Amino acid sequence: MDSAAVSLIPLWVILGYLGLLIGLGLVTRALFRGTAADYFVAGRSIGPFLLLMSVFGTTMTAFALVGSTGKAYDYGIGVYGLMASSSGLIHSAVFFLVGMKLWAIGKRHGYVTQIQYFRARFDSNGLGYLLFPILVGLVIPYLLIGLVGTGSVVRGATVGMFPETFAGVPNPRTGAMMFVGAVPPWLSGLVVSGVVLFYIFGGGVRSAAWANTFQTIVFMVTGVIAFTLISKTLGGLAAATQKVLENAPEHLAREGRISHLQFLSYGLVPLSVGMFPHLFQHWLTARSAKTFRLSVVFHPIFIMIVWVPCILIGIWAKGIGIEAPGGNANAVLARTVAELLHEPVLSGVLTAGILAAIMSSLDSQFVCLGAMFTHDIVLHRYGTDKISDRQQVTLGRAFIVAIVIITYLLTFLPTPNVFDLAVWCFSGFASLFPLVFASLYWRRVTLAGAVASILVTVAAWGAFFYDGFLAAILAGEKPAGEYLVFGMMPVAVIFAASAVTLVLVSLATSPPPRAVVDKFFMKPAA
Amino acid sequence: MRRFVWFLVIALAFLHYDFWYWDDRTLVFGFMPIGLAYHAGFSLAAGLVWLLAVRFAWPANLEAWADEVDDAAAADAGEGR
Repeated sequence: MDSAAVSLIPLWVILGYLGLLIGLGLVTRALFRGTAADYFVAGRSIGPFLLLMSVFGTTMTAFALVGSTGKAYDYGIGVYGLMASSSGLIHSAVFFLVGMKLWAIGKRHGYVTQIQYFRARFDSNGLGYLLFPILVGLVIPYLLIGLVGTGSVVRGATVGMFPETFAGVPNPRTGAMMFVGAVPPWLSGLVVSGVVLFYIFGGGVRSAAWANTFQTIVFMVTGVIAFTLISKTLGGLAAATQKVLENAPEHLAREGRISHLQFLSYGLVPLSVGMFPHLFQHWLTARSAKTFRLSVVFHPIFIMIVWVPCILIGIWAKGIGIEAPGGNANAVLARTVAELLHEPVLSGVLTAGILAAIMSSLDSQFVCLGAMFTHDIVLHRYGTDKISDRQQVTLGRAFIVAIVIITYLLTFLPTPNVFDLAVWCFSGFASLFPLVFASLYWRRVTLAGAVASILVTVAAWGAFFYDGFLAAILAGEKPAGEYLVFGMMPVAVIFAASAVTLVLVSLATSPPPRAVVDKFFMKPAA
Repeated sequence: MRRFVWFLVIALAFLHYDFWYWDDRTLVFGFMPIGLAYHAGFSLAAGLVWLLAVRFAWPANLEAWADEVDDAAAADAGEGR
């Protein structure tokens, strides 16, 4: 590629956007009250609009933009039904039935983290120590999705910019060099992590909520712009889809691409939001129960606004014969934008928009990890009287940095498909959903039932994850497509095992003390 | 009305499995595959049903319960409000 022909403007736009976020970090730093309660739950003062935007921004990550486009490129339009429409119904149901109740319990008892709730609900310190590594271990792949997505998008947008500095990577299929002169993932991951760390260190979850709101607006607007311009470049909506009808008609339906059992079992995956520790923390920031209303109603509609264009872009890319570099579906969105839109400023803005979606999840996850470590391990072990608010915040930050370093190092393993890694991660959280649901609605659930259910989930998820994903990654290969168990997604089997174990072991053991359980249930109306 | 709202939520859960469009490649408005258009409509319907839920099935007593002080539990958690 001729380096003289490649404009650096997209990179400057991206850097300008990152600079804006640093500015936002400086503003929220000035507003930060310096207390741990403000850092970890924003003083429980977040209103409806900020909650909607921050919760939506948090749930939409590289998975929603980069992953959905790549998956639609591979599997067609059925991807929307697999994850997006079901999420619209189930996420809101979880906000309504689980999130609001947890918010009320959190406010009533002064909780900051999920583990504080579970410890108190089951009257067990040990349960917290059991859950902590599991929840952190499941958040790490979620962080990894963000960093892998960042690497793919920035590399796709900067091809040819620095041919003297970055030699590119060999195409695993042809051996020819690809991404010559592009900013490599190790560098973009480092810069984006640094920016997110900067603005959340300034003001904790309040910074994350503000930044999420800003970034959610950015990625929704840029997504609509990208969709409009790409369809225009392809000759309009009808002409774009016509290309798919001619060249990849199987992508317009589900027959032969997605099986019925696979589709049905995917429906359990969105239950993961009930156990996301970072979402739990966002729920706790709500000013009141009414604050949830906007999120419950608009979340499905916002999902549609983001996902429909991504799915269409994915199938259009297939229809016009865009090649996924090295078979890497993560790169389809960036490649499509680069090939179809030749306006450098626009290309930069769209890339920044995708990064906005990614960073709006990373920030919440970072803050949440710090909160968990500080409250569930350090303060729980040593008590609040020995550690000042400042020290709590510092300890939280140190733990965040440690986890970010681990995640960053994991990006050097063979690049997984963002969508598939996300589904594995969500499946783990979804399989823990019976635990949180039973804790809120079933007085008879016992500590033994909870522990047994968690252990069964970890064992089953670990076995399937190793067999279907990790073994291939450790061998330096890419995992093969969808991993199914009896024709279903693994989550169906793990979820069933988790729920059955929870119920059977609870019924087989003594009921929990009434005095403990009563604290978490409203008295029935007289 | 509360029961009707929850009936609608359950009905939507069943309607999500649109096996009748599984191999249908009809284009709606000339560009939207019908399987995608159906699920986009499903998302809008979900928003509408949740609007009904917050209007007619709202747990009105939750707020008051959350505001009741439970000092012992707050001390257990080691966190003030």
